[in-house]
Amino acid sequence: MAEATTENKPTKSVWGGGMSPFNVSWGKMYMWFFLVSDAFTFSSLLIAYGTMRHRFTEIWPKANDVFTHFPFLDGHIPLAYVGLMTFILIMSSVTMVLAVDAGHKRNNKAVAKWMLLTIIGGFMFLGSQAWEWYHFIHGTDHGAYVMPDTRVARFATDHHTHELDMNTLVFPDGTTVTGAEAEAVKAKSQLFHGANLTRNEYGHPLFGDFFFFITGFHGFHVFSGVMINIIIFINVLNGVYARRGHYEQIEKTGLYWHFVDLVWVFVFTFFYLV
Amino acid sequence: MADHKHGDQHDDKKHGYYTGDIHNQFVEEHVDPKSVKSIWKTFWILLVITLFEVGIAFTSIPHDILIVIFIVLTIVKAYYIVAFFMHLKHENSPLRYSIILPFVLILYLIVMAIAEGNYLNLVG
Repeated sequence: MAEATTENKPTKSVWGGGMSPFNVSWGKMYMWFFLVSDAFTFSSLLIAYGTMRHRFTEIWPKANDVFTHFPFLDGHIPLAYVGLMTFILIMSSVTMVLAVDAGHKRNNKAVAKWMLLTIIGGFMFLGSQAWEWYHFIHGTDHGAYVMPDTRVARFATDHHTHELDMNTLVFPDGTTVTGAEAEAVKAKSQLFHGANLTRNEYGHPLFGDFFFFITGFHGFHVFSGVMINIIIFINVLNGVYARRGHYEQIEKTGLYWHFVDLVWVFVFTFFYLV
Repeated sequence: MADHKHGDQHDDKKHGYYTGDIHNQFVEEHVDPKSVKSIWKTFWILLVITLFEVGIAFTSIPHDILIVIFIVLTIVKAYYIVAFFMHLKHENSPLRYSIILPFVLILYLIVMAIAEGNYLNLVG
């Protein structure tokens, strides 16, 4: 420690070499630049989603009609579950930043406690996402008719009671058919439940593709984050950072974890709210 | 289990550490005596904004206005996460600008790609 106490003279330019103009270690700088590049990847995915949504704006499914489940509750409950997922992720971001704060105070026990809570929050989010995927893949009990031209005819629902009218079909453009005409459509179409990469009962197949790819890519980031957090947590328990004298490693891991939260804020808005 | 409290190796007034890389520069840590309080303040801001977003989604506000509100609030939330949780507000300005300025390209991509989507929709 003592060998590097030479003060940087104020007259010397920070860009003159021999020091970091960013006043951070290379590890933290590279974590930031990795996150910038990762943010570009997620931006491109969400912009691609936006482009296709504008392309098929009339027939694009509404997230409020797709994600309407809540554990242990029946009925039409949109947005609540994804709101809960957002809360879980924000909460785990708070425990992470409290771990960083405890690191600044060189309090090893507190760092370990907050890291453990962050890991638990990460697993809770991953579990929630698995549940969300299961319901999207599984679909509704009644399903919908995928027509030969890949358009989807859904059963008409009452706007207020959300009760189904099994004799009326709604086309993507909003037109409806009933009775014999509906039976004719049913006869040449295939009843389909849930979603996969080529079709989904809620409407345009691209909606499912983007959902699986973007939330899957984000979920994989969360999974990686949890694994990194576990490694750091074990290091904290072994006193690695207490011996090192500083907890910058917690900060770098924290940057990644907050980034995962940041991406979710955008996914939440552009997939579920807008 | 080693448990050193309050960086006893640093007898100077400045709170920080040596980076340990080739420059082995002394990096000052931003010390806020009310840090825990400000963390929870940021948490409440993020939570209230999220609840507000979920709440107004079911009101009769026209959809176009809702979209603008949602996007503005998302950017506000992103600011709080990046500035306070990721501490970017307390990094020096060369690092801040190196991270923030490249996103001008994303704004450009948004404008171009959404215009393309609308055009494709128009021509079918």
